[in-house]
Amino acid sequence: MSGTATYRDAVRAGIRDALIRDPRCFLMGEDVGRYGGCYAVSKGLLDEFGPERIRDTPLSESGFVGAGIGAALGGMRPIVEVMTVNFSLLCLDQILNNAATIRHMSGGQFSIPVVIRMASGAGRQLAAQHSHSLEVWYAHIPGIRVLAPATLEDAQGMLWTAIVDPDPVVIFENVMLYNMTGSLPAEVRPVDIDKAAIRRAGTDLSIVTYGGSLWKCMAAAAALAEAGIDAEVIDLRTLRPLDDETIMASVRRTRRALLVDEGWRSGSLAAEIMARIVEQCFWSLDAPLARVCSEEVPIPYPKHLEDAALPQVSAIVEAARRIMGAR
Amino acid sequence: MTGAAADKPHLSRAHARELLHQMQRIRSFEEKCAELYTQEKIRGFLHLYIGQEAVAVGVMQALEARDGIVATYREHGHALARGLDMGRVMAEMYGKQEGSSRGRGGSMHIFDAAGRFYGGNAIVGGGLPIAVGLALAERMRASGAVCVAFFGEGAAAEGEFHESLNLAALWRLPVLFVCENNLYAMGTALRISESEPEIWRKAASYRIAAEAVDGMDVVAVEAAARRAVHSLREGEGPFFIECRTYRFRAHSMFDAQLYRQKAEVEEWKKRCPIRMFGDWAVAAGLLHPDEIEAIGREVEAEVATAVRFAEAGTWEPVADLRRDVMTPGEAS
Repeated sequence: MSGTATYRDAVRAGIRDALIRDPRCFLMGEDVGRYGGCYAVSKGLLDEFGPERIRDTPLSESGFVGAGIGAALGGMRPIVEVMTVNFSLLCLDQILNNAATIRHMSGGQFSIPVVIRMASGAGRQLAAQHSHSLEVWYAHIPGIRVLAPATLEDAQGMLWTAIVDPDPVVIFENVMLYNMTGSLPAEVRPVDIDKAAIRRAGTDLSIVTYGGSLWKCMAAAAALAEAGIDAEVIDLRTLRPLDDETIMASVRRTRRALLVDEGWRSGSLAAEIMARIVEQCFWSLDAPLARVCSEEVPIPYPKHLEDAALPQVSAIVEAARRIMGAR
Repeated sequence: MTGAAADKPHLSRAHARELLHQMQRIRSFEEKCAELYTQEKIRGFLHLYIGQEAVAVGVMQALEARDGIVATYREHGHALARGLDMGRVMAEMYGKQEGSSRGRGGSMHIFDAAGRFYGGNAIVGGGLPIAVGLALAERMRASGAVCVAFFGEGAAAEGEFHESLNLAALWRLPVLFVCENNLYAMGTALRISESEPEIWRKAASYRIAAEAVDGMDVVAVEAAARRAVHSLREGEGPFFIECRTYRFRAHSMFDAQLYRQKAEVEEWKKRCPIRMFGDWAVAAGLLHPDEIEAIGREVEAEVATAVRFAEAGTWEPVADLRRDVMTPGEAS
């Protein structure tokens, strides 16, 4: 596939490719088959692969995520879709107490090659039970890998990499990205998930972000450039384990860092990265670190309040200018 | 509950001896564990299976090496009945790296890849979805293997129990659900925690073939398990057996047992699965009292060897602390 495609198409292409390449691979989740996926990601896959490999499940997050973990233990390569991160709290037991833990508590006897995909993030006026960004909750857990593809290439290629990974992989797809258009490489290939990516090179400060916030940071960087501030934008891509090397190398060059994170501020991924920068780059810093996170409220329904609760380009620009000592 | 000799299917002498031997292995192993716990050789939680031996031993008779097993934190008996080496299980209780989970799991997390023994799950109900998934894998591969989930009646109050039963029934997966109803979820009696105390009826409501058996009668359990596994291999969908049993010891070593009467415990002890079966086998002429004594001696020797193995085991170096979190050496 090449030319104009959406992020949604990219995820679908990644799933389709995995199903074609590996007969052990199957997709299951709520409404992934006949409905075509809550966000239309799996539309058409049921017709192509049939109900054995595109499995509609009952509304039993703990049951079917646990079944995915069991199937992975039994030699399959399941891709399990959970509609949103808020619903994933119903299967957190399975992800933390089983997927992330069984390898360790069995003394390394079992690996669990399950891929769990879920939508996260706000911006669609879905209010306080469908809009949260809890990536950091998962990034807290040893024993799993956590990915947040922000580009079409990553949305497609990370699925391949996740499928061949012997350990559990949780993939967060930000809901605001599904309609984003771009082009896909003609040839599907796995992407490296060990490294963060510098999406925009710059010399004045490092803006570190992931997922849906990436594009806000890119817009902010463009606005800052007009004001003569050359920002570097780092897309974390993998939230666990974090690529300290790329982050620290950037901060040592720019000597300033701004974290942008759609999660709530307290105990955020931004907080973790700030702590690491302080631990590793303290003597390279020319300015206090800063962050733009979501306001500490459940995400509200009205558009103006939802917008106000989330990191926005203007706030990112303002924070960057403050770090630079500009007004 | 019958326990009457007339109900027993034909048993060979060898098989009768095997059943008694396996139950006695679990009993003696755990009595030793309780002793070692008081000596602080074994730490953490220790949940003894004493009283329930007929369930694990009976069900295991129906399984083949290719079948998978998911058990709970009260799983020493299941592990031993599955054929795990007693020394490795004991070393696990000690936390030694010669243990079945290299010491990382302890009493509640015995795993064995070779025996397809998937733990040792200490979240009540948490193993049930795993068993459903293992069975799904077997179904998708058309392997003919089945998966058994052991759990207590306390799990029936958990959402994962209902989600798992529904999914297994819906997809007609080869899962044998074995509910070990010992009447107490830790200290909470079944009668104060379940609106429907006949657990098998819950399974039946999911259109799962379900029955209750006398869990103190190893032959009755074996017979039910054989019927169930036969049905699973025929592709008839999941099967559910409620084994009515009783835990003679405390829930764990910290339990003062304030929630049940001594007289109740004593009443159940009269139905000790090992003594009942031994007495019956002697009366039926299947075993000679000398053989029962011989089993006792064999088991004592095996336990002593296991303890020596665990004592001689080694502590994993602290430098290895972070191993076995992620799979090493894979390009990912």
